[in-house]
Amino acid sequence: MLAYLIRRLWQFVPTLLGVVLLVFILFNWIGGDPAYLLAGKIANPEQIANIRRQLGVDQPYYVQLWLFIEQIATGDFGASWATNEKVSAIFATRLGPSLTVLVPLLLISTLVSMGAAMLAAYKRAAWPDRAIMIGCTLGQSVSILVYIIVFQYVLAYQLGWFPVQGWGSSLAENLFRYSALPVIVGVMVSLAPDTRLYRSFFLDEINQDYVRTARAKGMSEPRVMWIHVLRNAAIPIVTNVMMQLPGLLAGAFLIERFFSIPGIGREVILAVERSDFPVIKAVTVYVAIATMVVNLAADLLYKAIDPRVQLK
Amino acid sequence: MNPWSLAWTRFRRDRVGLGSFLIVLLYLALVAGAGAGLIARGWEKEAGVSYAPPSFVGRDFKAETSANKNAERQGAHEDSGIVDPLAEDLAEARRSLSGASAAEAKAVTLPFGADKWGRDVLQKTIKGTQTSLLVGFAAALLAVFIGTSLGAFAGYFGGPADDFLNWLYNVFTSIPYLLLILAVAAVLGQKGSLTVVLILGLTGWTGIFRLIRAEYLKHRVREYVQAADAIGASHLRRMFVHILPNASHVVLVQLSLHVVLFIKSEVVLSFLGFGVGVDTVSWGSMLAEAQSELLLGNWWQLASATAAMALLVTAFSLFTDALRDALDPRLK
Repeated sequence: MLAYLIRRLWQFVPTLLGVVLLVFILFNWIGGDPAYLLAGKIANPEQIANIRRQLGVDQPYYVQLWLFIEQIATGDFGASWATNEKVSAIFATRLGPSLTVLVPLLLISTLVSMGAAMLAAYKRAAWPDRAIMIGCTLGQSVSILVYIIVFQYVLAYQLGWFPVQGWGSSLAENLFRYSALPVIVGVMVSLAPDTRLYRSFFLDEINQDYVRTARAKGMSEPRVMWIHVLRNAAIPIVTNVMMQLPGLLAGAFLIERFFSIPGIGREVILAVERSDFPVIKAVTVYVAIATMVVNLAADLLYKAIDPRVQLK
Repeated sequence: MNPWSLAWTRFRRDRVGLGSFLIVLLYLALVAGAGAGLIARGWEKEAGVSYAPPSFVGRDFKAETSANKNAERQGAHEDSGIVDPLAEDLAEARRSLSGASAAEAKAVTLPFGADKWGRDVLQKTIKGTQTSLLVGFAAALLAVFIGTSLGAFAGYFGGPADDFLNWLYNVFTSIPYLLLILAVAAVLGQKGSLTVVLILGLTGWTGIFRLIRAEYLKHRVREYVQAADAIGASHLRRMFVHILPNASHVVLVQLSLHVVLFIKSEVVLSFLGFGVGVDTVSWGSMLAEAQSELLLGNWWQLASATAAMALLVTAFSLFTDALRDALDPRLK
């Protein structure tokens, strides 16, 4: 177990170096000279030279790369180009709001889609299965943008059930007042793909021999489904949910942007709009690290809930 | 019977698949027509009054409210009691303005309504279909090309080539897809259909790489490949003439899947303003306009873009499912 953990952590090194190199090539090489961007339209050569010196882009590439690695190791990416806020401070203050929306979203969407998937798999090829699958296909064909625009317009703007957008200062207010509609929209969006995927997990299990054996022993249908099938199908579902988390952290940017939630996703969008390279670089590298760690954690969890799994 | 005609026989029996295939073909015909300039040529023209409602709703919808507002405004003028020194000039100007618009004869209603600038939403939707579908197809072709070539090299040669390409795969997949797209968009910093194709194609090849690599790992030890080696076929010939046809069903299904995925991504990118330029229209830029229009109660642009996209994506997804079933060699 320990040997496995050490080997996996050791394997992080080349991948992480690759991510650093990729981000470096993108932003320091393809991205062009940031001094012209920062100096604005009216700048004399001395100002540009000054900015280049401050950013360190007048150095040769290998020095710049080393500077970048130092920044990652110390967590000090300097200040945002647009707002002069420390990049580390941006992270610390934006993580809370993101999680306030994401945790309930993941919990609710997982429970609902698991329920729908189980029903569809149990009644496979009968009308409940057909109805759910048609709903999924149609649900997936509409852009996430349309969900957000329509839900925000109808439920918040016209009916006034929810605030249109905004964010408060207390957790309870944020969780129950401001997060409610973003969570509903997020669940609507993730329901269709999740249900499709989980249905295939349930179908894999339902066709297994142990289910036939359980039925042959005269076990009741609810017991077969809730005890045997659910436990086995839950294994890939749980790991799937875990692996979604880092992507969602940055991927929920549309929801955060529309509802003015001061989270990490919205920060990414703002940074891309302002060409605020330090923020994008920091988010990309740290989210990549988070993804690797979560993937490892998912593998370990897999082992913990399914004793048959061998870690290689 | 060769496998392709077998697949076609199976596909023809699938009524849902055939129906969705016809819808996809219809869309392709629309795109070809718009590309050749046969339809939706005047999408940039001011065909109707600003926010003209769809014909099936009727002209009363908006015209009445704006007429009422005008009446109110004029009433307010008369109330003021002070002699307006410019009154005659204003009246003159107003007369000439109304005369001018009457001469242009802008439609009060259009089939699917008009946007803020009076452009025909139906023509915009067709033009947007052209942009979104072409970008989706081109990006999918690029991603499938990269993924297939890299996957073929990794799976066929193994060893250091495989290690290197797997490392590249790990690097690309450890950055979440949307974040990677946005980072590349931020760096390229320029708009345009070609930029979107490059962004999506260069970041979206990983899934295909994995599948094609697995196919090549499986096939490279088969007897027919050894036989090809024995008669002196080169590595490249074995990879792309002998093995590729046996993996082509994977390539085709992945191509179809990625078209849908990339159309959706293009819509999001264009909506955020990182996508196609302002001189073209895509479903994403239509949705971006529609967002503020909806607050005024003008829902038709939103509805048109959504319906056009939903129909295509549904049809394409069902077609992909049918294609996968028809091409699955296990069903022979």
